[in-house]
Amino acid sequence: MAKKLDKVDVVVVGVGWAGGIISAEMAKAGKDVVALERGDYKNRSDYIGVKDELRFDNRYEIMQNLSGDTITSRNEKDEKALPVRTRTNMQIGANLGGASVHWAGASYRYWPYEFEIRSQTIDKYGEDKIPKEMNLQDWGITYEEMEKYYDKWEKTAGISGEQDPLAPERENEWPNPPLKETPSLKLFKDTTKEMGLNPFQIAAGNMSETYENPDGQTLNACMYCSFCTRHGCDFSAKSDPLATVVPTAEEHDNFELRTGAYVRRVLYDKDNKKAKGVMYVDESTGQEYEQPADVVVLSAFAFSNNRLLMLSDIGEQYDPETKKGTIGRNFNGQYNSAFNGAKGFFEDEKFNLYMGAGALGAAVNDYAADNFDHSDLDFIGGGAIELRQYGFGAISSSANVPKDTPSWGKDYKEKSLHYAYRTLQIWYSAIAMSYEHNYLDLDPNYKDEYGDALLRSTYKFGDNERNIAKFGVEKCSEIMKEMGADIVEEDEVPEEFDHSFTGGHYTGGVVMGDDPETSAVNNYLQMWDVDNLFVVGGSAFPQFGSHHPTPTIGALSYRAAEGIEKYLDDGGQLAEAKTTKKVRNV
Amino acid sequence: MSQDNNGNDKNKKNADSENEDVDVSRRNFLKNSGVAAGGVVGGVVLGGLWNPFNSKEDTKSDEDDGSEMLQEARTFFSREDDFKTLAAATQRIYPKDDNGPGAIELGVPYFIDKQLTGYWGFNSKDYMQGPFEPDKSDSHGLQTKLNRGEMFLAGVRKMFEMSKKDHDEDFFDIEGEQQDEILEKFEAGDVDIPGLPSDVFFNLLRDTTIEGVYADPVYGGNKDMEAWKMMEYPGPRMGWSDKIDSEDFVSMDPSSLRDYQGGGL
Repeated sequence: MAKKLDKVDVVVVGVGWAGGIISAEMAKAGKDVVALERGDYKNRSDYIGVKDELRFDNRYEIMQNLSGDTITSRNEKDEKALPVRTRTNMQIGANLGGASVHWAGASYRYWPYEFEIRSQTIDKYGEDKIPKEMNLQDWGITYEEMEKYYDKWEKTAGISGEQDPLAPERENEWPNPPLKETPSLKLFKDTTKEMGLNPFQIAAGNMSETYENPDGQTLNACMYCSFCTRHGCDFSAKSDPLATVVPTAEEHDNFELRTGAYVRRVLYDKDNKKAKGVMYVDESTGQEYEQPADVVVLSAFAFSNNRLLMLSDIGEQYDPETKKGTIGRNFNGQYNSAFNGAKGFFEDEKFNLYMGAGALGAAVNDYAADNFDHSDLDFIGGGAIELRQYGFGAISSSANVPKDTPSWGKDYKEKSLHYAYRTLQIWYSAIAMSYEHNYLDLDPNYKDEYGDALLRSTYKFGDNERNIAKFGVEKCSEIMKEMGADIVEEDEVPEEFDHSFTGGHYTGGVVMGDDPETSAVNNYLQMWDVDNLFVVGGSAFPQFGSHHPTPTIGALSYRAAEGIEKYLDDGGQLAEAKTTKKVRNV
Repeated sequence: MSQDNNGNDKNKKNADSENEDVDVSRRNFLKNSGVAAGGVVGGVVLGGLWNPFNSKEDTKSDEDDGSEMLQEARTFFSREDDFKTLAAATQRIYPKDDNGPGAIELGVPYFIDKQLTGYWGFNSKDYMQGPFEPDKSDSHGLQTKLNRGEMFLAGVRKMFEMSKKDHDEDFFDIEGEQQDEILEKFEAGDVDIPGLPSDVFFNLLRDTTIEGVYADPVYGGNKDMEAWKMMEYPGPRMGWSDKIDSEDFVSMDPSSLRDYQGGGL
């Protein structure tokens, strides 16, 4: 029997950037908040002195333990999906702080074009430019509306950056100056500049200087130690919730954090269309609890946000036959169609590639969004061309060999030692679209440790993904040649998705918009169907943008926090639906 | 695992003398049991006789740093033939050459043995509920019912068996080129092992070998950081904020996780 707990104002499910921001904002506003995190309690000391490539990069120490639950994957809707069994193929951030603890820190805003991608594409290129099966959608919010939320998140996170020459002018400077420049970054910038492109230093969630954020949390200056991506920071020098919003929330007595709390259901009153709270299991005792609340916030990874709605029978499941339903619709993400480019091998130069920081890098945005003419191109959208100096461990560097090298034996050893620090990679972070054939639902065969259905992903590339990736590879290859590499190798663009969810950025399924027929939440991330249920995070992306997702998730979380406060004060729907059909009142 | 290693490291000095004792008692045992004269060969005894780390080049580190040796015993693999087959295979994957030591000299077989006793070897953090479709491992990521430890056992036993059948000799006694031929068959997916596509096993063997070569020595491979020296990898450090913009390549002697944490308690 579930134990019923006292009602609170807000219950938050999942504490990464999204849940951390909501928790901090609600706590500051004096609301009674309970945050439930399925993972372990973590703080800064958990990541001090544990710089270990095998443990974090190869055994995925801080990724979700999949023994209890994973997702299943297939390409076509008539196939049987199989579970993604190992963390080699499924890397979801776990524990307090979520994926933001292991993120690299690349911090781009999405473009004005991207928030209104459908309308602007039609305006400029005509409706025929959009393939029939592509569910290209506006976000229901404009860049101009998003600006202040981006700004707020960037200040909380202490982002180090400089103005991208092609991006809209910023209302305020980046809170921190850009990171240092290395020889490889300089080579990229000098070369692309000579080619007539517009290079800049990537804005980074790695502190260029010691920084105190508006909530009074201090982040230290980055040491460029290289143990960054897939690791927690040794120095609290990376913007993450453990260094910022979580301690801010914890300063307030009206905030309570419960870790090891695995939420299995949103408790839903179907007749009145109200969320009553959540049911969760204390993972250390197995005891079930009901936590009632006036507002329920789902702020877990996109997979969990989708699955919890489906298991709780909230909203209408998307059906690819009828194209009806919004839950699980427009599932998308940065698949292996993104991040293709070119490798360069330099015989006469050795770079200090074992040094670095997650977002230490240079980029050009000449081929991002609609910054270039698409009239004669066979795709929509764009991406950044990036060169990063993450800082690589020895296991990782041993993979730096030209393609014709055997993967083992004498020749492999010789070449891998020779090229370990002579190899640079540039890539194109191509946009990924949503299609009517890609969606999430519950798997009929595989269960989690409690007997609940696993989430099932049905995903295949559209032509846009293949075509844009090929375009990006060509551009990267041109730059790498100009950079003077002795051997330039173009990445092979995969023909189909291979069920390896290693990109970490999976989004959509509970998307935002202004039409309840094609979106599940409004632009405050409040559900159209359920006024007191907010679904916050990457799950709201109608399609992916030109860049990595974190700043947009952070900004949307601040927007949602504002919405939740408004709802607690006034109630009701916070945004007006554009469609003439009043779907939510049917 | 790291705690064990740290604990042993702490007792470095004592370990030297202990190791000598072990050697003495082993010699006595061999003498007394008459094995050396061709008596009944027991596994333990054979294990003592066969020591891949006792190559000429390596006697120095054995004698000077006996603490390492105390960690070099099988705790996952039971059959000695399995372990010797594994060791020979890793040495073909990462051979000794002019650059420096190979997988055996770097302790990689013991690294693998230790990895397989832990959660990773038992796939404890992987989704292991059925139904299983092992043949779909190529297209859908690992789908085997066998866990990694079982895969290693099945794989090396098949190698051993193929060598016996094709060459009438143990895998670890045939020529390097002959070992390569067998490994290439595994790599191509041409070997039948129930529930285990052979290329899946080969990739696991290959990747785990490379991990053992280059992982921090705390895990039992990368002995004396020799692999890091070959690569000029400096190991975990406080950071590089004063060198990150350096025009020149910065090369230095490596330093381990134990150095970084300070070691001891």
